[in-house]
Amino acid sequence: MTTPRPPEAAGDDASSRGTPVGRRVVLAMAGLGAVGIVTGSALANRVSSVAASLPSSVSGLIPGLGGFRFYSVTPTEPDISPAAYQLSVGGLVDRPATLRMADLEALPQTTLVETFQCVTGWTVPGVHWQGVALPDLLAHVGIQRGAKAVLFTSLDGTYTESLTLSQAMRRDVIVATQMLGGPVSRSHGGPVRLYVAPMYGYKSIKWLGQIVVSDRVVPGYWENLGYAVDAWIGDSNGYTGGHAG
Amino acid sequence: MHWSLAALFTVLIATAAILYFAPLAQLVGRRELVQRVHVVTGYLLPLPLVLGWLWSAALRVDISTMNRFSPADWRWLRDRARRSGRYPVGKFNAGQKLNAAFVLGSVVVMLGTGLVMHFDNLFPIAWRTGATFVHDWLAFAVVIVVAGHLYMALKDPEALRGMLSGRVSERWARHEHPAWAAQAPSETDQTSAVTAAATAATSPGEPGAPDRQ
Repeated sequence: MTTPRPPEAAGDDASSRGTPVGRRVVLAMAGLGAVGIVTGSALANRVSSVAASLPSSVSGLIPGLGGFRFYSVTPTEPDISPAAYQLSVGGLVDRPATLRMADLEALPQTTLVETFQCVTGWTVPGVHWQGVALPDLLAHVGIQRGAKAVLFTSLDGTYTESLTLSQAMRRDVIVATQMLGGPVSRSHGGPVRLYVAPMYGYKSIKWLGQIVVSDRVVPGYWENLGYAVDAWIGDSNGYTGGHAG
Repeated sequence: MHWSLAALFTVLIATAAILYFAPLAQLVGRRELVQRVHVVTGYLLPLPLVLGWLWSAALRVDISTMNRFSPADWRWLRDRARRSGRYPVGKFNAGQKLNAAFVLGSVVVMLGTGLVMHFDNLFPIAWRTGATFVHDWLAFAVVIVVAGHLYMALKDPEALRGMLSGRVSERWARHEHPAWAAQAPSETDQTSAVTAAATAATSPGEPGAPDRQ
């Protein structure tokens, strides 16, 4: 059945002699990978809490240690100083307004401490947010009859988002001027961004420039790419069962 | 096959760095584009492996060779003086065999976790988080192993020449892979090449290589 072959050298074994280490390594890695997929969420949280004691310059660089990841969809991030910043609020409102930082700070303030959850699975627990609750901002400009939705536009010129009016009237949806104990940084979408606590992070539009009250929801950037419009954490995008960690 | 894998790995690592590290992510932005390049490239990874396996008997033999460890391989790994010539190193030394196995295992796991991340609506969100965790940390391991691989390649010009041209000098072969060199005829127009990692040159008529059963 087999043709005679020259004797094998001891280190060059292509026959049944020699242990199939290669195959075992591959199978072991595949097995570990599968275990990691199913149990990795718990391990990731353990790593995050251990990494919390590292200096932020280190933990900030490696997202796997539990910090934020920065997603932007345009080539550069907007660079607006707080002094120059303006938020325009219009559409189906009684009193359209252009608000500056001082105007936002003069409105009733709301503080949240919540877990930021990205639809891709990473989370940052215990994030401190402060700003104007969206219902308070909408009360300030007065909502007209016929309003059904609130549309948001980013200063990056590309990103958009929206909420239904009832979603927008939640106390855990805020126009944030502070994050993580200080002003919202440029990388986090400052000077002003939206934070929608009960929904995945892509609803929390960064570099918020414009709010328009409208009669219908308009799907935003990621929704046009297949993500859910009503992005409830644990109850949308095919996920059930609450937070990841 | 080696070079197509190398090209794919390069694109994957570069796009991964942009997707992962905040300074790069903020510098480049364009997340949707970078992500799409990364994912498409990842799905292309098995292609050189599958096509090579189907088309090249020489590759199948090499993979079979890389799979098997002899007792000498284990001793080679443990010995600091492993390159002294005292071991009957075959076409692949034990380090190269391990590298190949690790790379192949990485392709499998990165593809699997990548699939969970890409088709996220099919899995519980905790699995998505777990897949992200495995994918991220294995990526670090892959980068370290690839860096080591590149270091070894650049350290040995004749090995590199072998990968680029498909030929190595007999003297080099006798020094680095004596058992393999001993199997080959002594003509200088030998077209066999030394390979590294999970690769093989598609060389015809591999001397001394057994027929497949």
